[in-house]
Amino acid sequence: MTTRRDFLKTGAAAGALALGAPALARADSLTRGTSPPSEPPAMDPATKELLTEALNAATMGGAEFADARIGRYRNNFVITREQQIVNVVDTDNLGVGVRVLVKGTWGFGASRDLTKSGVVAATKEALAIAKANALAVADRVRLAPASPTPDGRYVTPHTIDPFTVPIEQKADLLIRANAEAMKVPGVKFVNSNMFFVKEEKNYANTEETFTTQTVIRSWLPFAATAVKPDFSDFQTRTNVIQPMARGYEYLVAAKPVENARQWGEEAAEKLKAKAVDVGRYDLILHPSHLWLTIHESIAHPTELDRAMGYEANYAGTSFLAPPREKLGSFRYGPSMLNIQGDRSQEGGCSTIGWDDDGVKPDEFLIIKEGVVNDYQTTREQAPMLDWWYTSQKRPVRSHGCSHGDNWSSVQFQRMPNVSQLPGTKEQGWDDLIAATDRGIGIVGDGSFSIDQQRYNAQFGGQLFYEIKGGKVVGMLKDVAYQIRTPEFWNALDMIGGRASYEMGASFFDGKGQPAQSNAVSHGCVPSRFRNINVINTGRKA
Amino acid sequence: MSAPRSLFGTDSPLSPNDMMSRAEAQAFLERIVKLSKADTIGVQLNGGYTGNIRFAANRISTSGGVSNSQLVVQSGYGPKHAVVTTSDFSAAGVERAVRQSEAIAKLAPDDPENMPLLPPQQYGDVDAWFDSTANLTPADRAAAARTAIDAARAAGDLAAAGFIVAGTNYNAIASNTGMYAYFPSTSANYQLTVRTSDGTGSGWAAADHPDWRQIDFKAVSDRAIQKARASRNPVAVEPGRYTVILEPQAVGDLVQLLAFSLDARSADEGRSAFAKQGGGTKIGEKIVDSKVTLFSDPADAQLLGQPWNGEGLPLGREVWIENGVLKQLNYSRFWAQKKNARPNGGLGSVKMVGGDATTEQMIASTARGILVTRLWYLRQVDPRTVLYTGLTRDGTFLIENGKVTRSVKNLRFNESPLFMLNNLEMIGRADRVAGTESGGNVVFPTLKVRDFNFTSLSDAV
Repeated sequence: MTTRRDFLKTGAAAGALALGAPALARADSLTRGTSPPSEPPAMDPATKELLTEALNAATMGGAEFADARIGRYRNNFVITREQQIVNVVDTDNLGVGVRVLVKGTWGFGASRDLTKSGVVAATKEALAIAKANALAVADRVRLAPASPTPDGRYVTPHTIDPFTVPIEQKADLLIRANAEAMKVPGVKFVNSNMFFVKEEKNYANTEETFTTQTVIRSWLPFAATAVKPDFSDFQTRTNVIQPMARGYEYLVAAKPVENARQWGEEAAEKLKAKAVDVGRYDLILHPSHLWLTIHESIAHPTELDRAMGYEANYAGTSFLAPPREKLGSFRYGPSMLNIQGDRSQEGGCSTIGWDDDGVKPDEFLIIKEGVVNDYQTTREQAPMLDWWYTSQKRPVRSHGCSHGDNWSSVQFQRMPNVSQLPGTKEQGWDDLIAATDRGIGIVGDGSFSIDQQRYNAQFGGQLFYEIKGGKVVGMLKDVAYQIRTPEFWNALDMIGGRASYEMGASFFDGKGQPAQSNAVSHGCVPSRFRNINVINTGRKA
Repeated sequence: MSAPRSLFGTDSPLSPNDMMSRAEAQAFLERIVKLSKADTIGVQLNGGYTGNIRFAANRISTSGGVSNSQLVVQSGYGPKHAVVTTSDFSAAGVERAVRQSEAIAKLAPDDPENMPLLPPQQYGDVDAWFDSTANLTPADRAAAARTAIDAARAAGDLAAAGFIVAGTNYNAIASNTGMYAYFPSTSANYQLTVRTSDGTGSGWAAADHPDWRQIDFKAVSDRAIQKARASRNPVAVEPGRYTVILEPQAVGDLVQLLAFSLDARSADEGRSAFAKQGGGTKIGEKIVDSKVTLFSDPADAQLLGQPWNGEGLPLGREVWIENGVLKQLNYSRFWAQKKNARPNGGLGSVKMVGGDATTEQMIASTARGILVTRLWYLRQVDPRTVLYTGLTRDGTFLIENGKVTRSVKNLRFNESPLFMLNNLEMIGRADRVAGTESGGNVVFPTLKVRDFNFTSLSDAV
């Protein structure tokens, strides 16, 4: 199977070759020298002036703290099915969001009007809201200290800016991949897209921090559907290439044309797969699947705002609450389970230089040798855990998890990359299968659902392999497993080593009201869970 | 920053709430259409202002006011087309968007399913604009939030978390084929969760209407508080098949999802629950209980939706299921032409016809069952049967011998709206629901159904 790790090994040179001659010339011109540019550009002076204007208006209006963000958010989509283009879309969205803290109460105003008067109007809106809301405040917001960054610059490491690649080149790659999948008998439909994100974000706050950052993310959603001739069944193979914070070179290196036939064959094979028998099985979860289970059952319950009740009306709270009863004592899993939060892994969708509080994120262990060690925090939240950090002789500082998904969205705590650390023994997918007598190996993420406190979850997948006596004996279908989070993670008994580490990701992690989307990655290794409840989803009535 | 300099340093051209009147939007869009050098140009405009207030743990957390607008330009050369959107409405910004959409369209491969832009259309009249909503201030929203916060604080053992969002919106569409449509609307939505401080009870209530005056904040607070208290100390029941009484919110949560599966093309292609084994579709077949009628109608007084879709196609009353029979599927313009059918614009808003059973009658007639407030985290498990999984949330109660007797733990279900609507026993009044995961204008009745499939218990409160 092709893995993310293979993509990294092949690198940009192989990627450029696959583009063909005209493309090669272009890629060459784009990649001449090193990537990314050795020195990211400084903040545009006009933008800095507008940000300063907003901060001055906020201070004049009585704010004890304020920050302002001017951002340009671009998307590019190329959408195809079978042998045709469905649409090509470029979106471009530019504006300012101003957040003020007045007497311990937040206010936020946002406008696409990037003139001095427009920026001041957004600031006044934020001030008016903060003052109106002060009526109902019980306790004031206080912010953990953060050191100022007078000239922060960051650009996502990438070789080819996807927004510079001609549309016909992107379309050609997709159409050729579709054609390969369609060659497989039984495959009747293919949908494939390219989806690129470019965010140019400028941030300033009243504590002398100014940062300018460019974030690039790339994704190639692909789905092949096989249909039985008598319309009695259809099966889809999808989620084959994970989104990453990389440039166009990443999608090329994923070799969609070379791999599409296999994806098509997998869709066709699912039509012939045996329906699973309900029962308990040892599950071996591939990183292309496990990332989502980690996302739902570890990364969400360790968000501090959820644990403190701030998401009660929408995303929900957390079983991992109150923090005072869980930190340093709650056993999430065996001692081989170590979970790290960071916004620094190259390619991670949450990776960034500074967060939307102006904080440089750090790397922190959320679960340390199986025990809960920390939560995801912002400047507003870190002081809620000051008792814990003091007892651990650690500074009370934000982990840098503040994020707004647009200039028009107020920032709040969002997920960093939350990843499982590899085991000390160098072993992988095949070794885990060989060590398993009766089990199911699951590849790729499918259906997913979890309750509002993150106890009870149900996960499907893409490909299900029946394991008997240490060998894969065939393919299963209609498989889903149901878990209770603490029991599930304590059933973990085998994990892969460093060479088997891969990242999975979502562009659409939802939270907050108004709802916001966050892109986030989760690195992990093949992992075995003992005796998990498997249901058959293939109901007829 | 790659922002064009022309944006900076000029006076604001925007109205404070980023609204355009019908005439302003038309003049603006016609100017853009005239810039076009392509064979075809279609333009859309949407924007407005939304103000929100969010609270949790009995205090206001974040809130904001956002004004924003977006221009969407689609240029076409024969079967080639491309879309560019921008928030920059300066003369230079608009020109750039038009030229860029033309440049990309020229490079785009042919789309053999490209449909010509519509000529001028006749649209129905829907009035979804309410000054009561448009004229709200931050103080109005804060005062509304306090109805819940003050009540929870006064109770001493409750924590309120809620969200109020209200605003103005306009959509407009024009083309070089002479089409023009404009729709202004207001919206107001309130959702409230009240939790008991012992952590064992959680209640939810909500309201949604374009007219702020129709949102009864106190009634929502009272209902959420009552459910929070009643749901304390839930007991476990064995998962399995139960008779359930689903409040309108819970019905909407699950049945609204049918909209995503009612696509004609997927059915014709054999990859839909509405494909018929052996070939063809299930149109004309009885697919659910004969008491079920499901329709879309922007002019319905409970729906008040936009009377045209993103292509400018007029939307009227479209019946999808009538007395249990599948009447039609959603035909895109291309697929309708291919199949000699009428393009019907899809399920923008959706309503299931209510009945006259009261919730009390449903409970009284139930020997053993479960009363469900709402459903959560619904995800499709099997597209062949529209099977979804999800969980109950914020108020799940046991019914024994015609009475609600106690709170029960939340349950995970694996169920299809198609199976469920075949097991229908009673239908209650249809209400506008406020909190489905897909949103939109949604009206559903309370339902009593048998054999609802719960597959596991959850400890989540």
